[in-house]
Amino acid sequence: MVAHTISVLVANEPGILARVVGLFSGRGYNIESLTVAETDAKQSLSRITIVTKGTPMIIEQIKAQLDRLVPVYRVRDLTVEGPHIERELALVKVRSTGEKRVEALRLADVFRAKVIDAKADSFVFEVTGNSDKVQTFVGLMESLGLVDVGRTGIVAMSRGGEAL
Amino acid sequence: MKPEESATTGADLLVKALIDEDVEVVFGYPGGAVLPIYDSLFKQNRLRHILVRHEQAAVHAAEGYARSTGKVGVVLVTSGPGATNAVTGLTDALMDSIPIVCLTGQVPTHLIGNDAFQEADTTGITRPCTKHNYLVKAVDALARTVHEAFYVARSGRPGPVVIDLPKDVLMNKHDYVAPPKVVSEHKSYRPQMKPDPKKIAQALEMIAHAKRPVFYAGGGVINSGPKASKLLTQLVHLTGYPITNTLMGLGSFPASDKQFLGMLGMHGTYEANLAMHGCDVMINIGARFDDRITGNIAKFSPGSKKIHVDIDPSSINKNVHVDLAVVGDATLVLEELVKGWKAKQPKVDQKALKAWWAQIEQWRARNCLAYKIDKETIKPQYALERLYHHIKNRDHYITTEVGQHQMWAAQFLKFEQPNRWMTSGGLGTMGYGFPAAVGVQIAHPDALVIDVAGEASILMNIQELSTVAQYRLPVKIFILNNQYMGMVRQWQELLHGSRYSESYMESLPDFVKLAEAFGARGLRCHEPAKLDDTIKEMIALPHPVIVDVIVDQKENCFPMIPSGAAHNEMLLGPDDKAGKVSEEGMVLV
Repeated sequence: MVAHTISVLVANEPGILARVVGLFSGRGYNIESLTVAETDAKQSLSRITIVTKGTPMIIEQIKAQLDRLVPVYRVRDLTVEGPHIERELALVKVRSTGEKRVEALRLADVFRAKVIDAKADSFVFEVTGNSDKVQTFVGLMESLGLVDVGRTGIVAMSRGGEAL
Repeated sequence: MKPEESATTGADLLVKALIDEDVEVVFGYPGGAVLPIYDSLFKQNRLRHILVRHEQAAVHAAEGYARSTGKVGVVLVTSGPGATNAVTGLTDALMDSIPIVCLTGQVPTHLIGNDAFQEADTTGITRPCTKHNYLVKAVDALARTVHEAFYVARSGRPGPVVIDLPKDVLMNKHDYVAPPKVVSEHKSYRPQMKPDPKKIAQALEMIAHAKRPVFYAGGGVINSGPKASKLLTQLVHLTGYPITNTLMGLGSFPASDKQFLGMLGMHGTYEANLAMHGCDVMINIGARFDDRITGNIAKFSPGSKKIHVDIDPSSINKNVHVDLAVVGDATLVLEELVKGWKAKQPKVDQKALKAWWAQIEQWRARNCLAYKIDKETIKPQYALERLYHHIKNRDHYITTEVGQHQMWAAQFLKFEQPNRWMTSGGLGTMGYGFPAAVGVQIAHPDALVIDVAGEASILMNIQELSTVAQYRLPVKIFILNNQYMGMVRQWQELLHGSRYSESYMESLPDFVKLAEAFGARGLRCHEPAKLDDTIKEMIALPHPVIVDVIVDQKENCFPMIPSGAAHNEMLLGPDDKAGKVSEEGMVLV
């Protein structure tokens, strides 16, 4: 079972997210990650990025089921349709002092994480990258006083000049 | 004139929009939230309202109306319990792809979310059981939403659509918006109607080279309109190939035709199921490889190349992997196939086809629907055979409830035309048949409409006797009364050592007196010798009639593919059972 990243262009109307999520729960599909936000205010369009796992038959079903929802404009399987980029953003709060605090800051630098809040005994880092990188950074912080994590889930886009 | 003066209330706009969508009949039940609509209905005479006695029945009646006319069925119910009662009907319509627009009342917008009296989250509840639903939050969106709802309900793979209407929206005023003159494309919902010509060419190639072919046609052919059935019949005749129908597809090909193998599936014929099992090319048109059809998926038609014609891409490769998918409307696909076949005049391997037919005739000779006639008690199969004998030369429509009687009706009544057979296939809703018959009779006032029922199912929507009385609908209810939930009992026999847990129908009403209590006629028949006279009397009476046919309590429905078994592992009769249900089969329904 390979993870597939699926981009869905939908009408930004009430209940659309419930429709998509309900489809997944109702038919027993997995959601590994889900992000949604309006991307075109003029035409009132939202873009949903879903990472899901399943057999090839299930993945095909998921795409067909999404596509037949009335407010869905387009469904694209980025994993199948050529190279694409995936990014995730995380906010990572670390509370520590002394050597641990210095080490956290040093690792943040290695991961090009930004310090967006600092107190005498804490940092909030903003780290961006693919999920692996984010996960690795969060893992490293565990022994350095990690107290809180917020992750956006994956947003993705195909490489090259083609729009969704 | 100022806009306010020319403007109309939401309720009036709604009625106008319905009329513009060619709606003639609305099946409904009033309540607080929809009072403005009922007031608008009162002030006009274009729309006819049929008052049912339960909201579930309103949806089933609309389904019967829709399935027998090809039009969209319309339902009007109030908020809260009105909407929740409609849920079973909506789910039924979704499973069987029946076009329905269901208008539900809602508490005024400022009260939504406050747990107001008769408030329910209708769009939330009906989201998984409709093709689409709308909550109209402002009156300016009302007329447009109604037009869109009709478009969505009837196009592509049809289905039920709910429009939730808060009471203030119904009372606010706005100008009317007429439906678009040209059916302009919906912004996001554009089902593929025309098939890809390349796929048509490939399909023709596969069909022409088949040695052991079988057509397998379902409800999609019926939904596509009567023309699809004509084209299907033409194609089947052109090829000379055998054809079987699903439960929902009965009537898409004339049952009396020699090329017809009968229904397939769990209670399908021996010849249909073995043809499916042994074929080398399967041509599925408008069917969805439902589990009642396939039996054990792993053992389903192992040696065949499969072509699947469907308007809904999500039906393709859902249960069964197919070799060629043709997405499109059945009429347009069949048109292309017929055209292509005529143009190419392909040379079919006649020798192989002859051998295939010889094999099929051998299977047919097993006479799998045979049963033992009894002089003392009426066999349910016999009752249906006699019923068919008396109705076959009349314009008739059949609805059913769900259970053994439904399967026997599918086996023993013959359907020569589409839109004459209304049954709950996907959801299997007991209580469907009677209200559906109400809807059919409303659409076809002079036709003979018969609900073939069981004594258990009929009690699930028996309150509609009152509707039938009010509108003087001469619906006939033909009960095969075996005093059991017959199909439950049959499965208990097969799977649970004949422990008939709760499947005996205790304390049944006297159906003759029950009919009389509602001003209908009641007839009862115990003896095979009197059955013909009873049926004749039922047909002759211009009233609603309940016929209580007391049938053999122990008769079971055969042939049967037990759960988890394959098409070639059918049980042909009661002596054929022992130990055939696998452990995996036990967990299946």
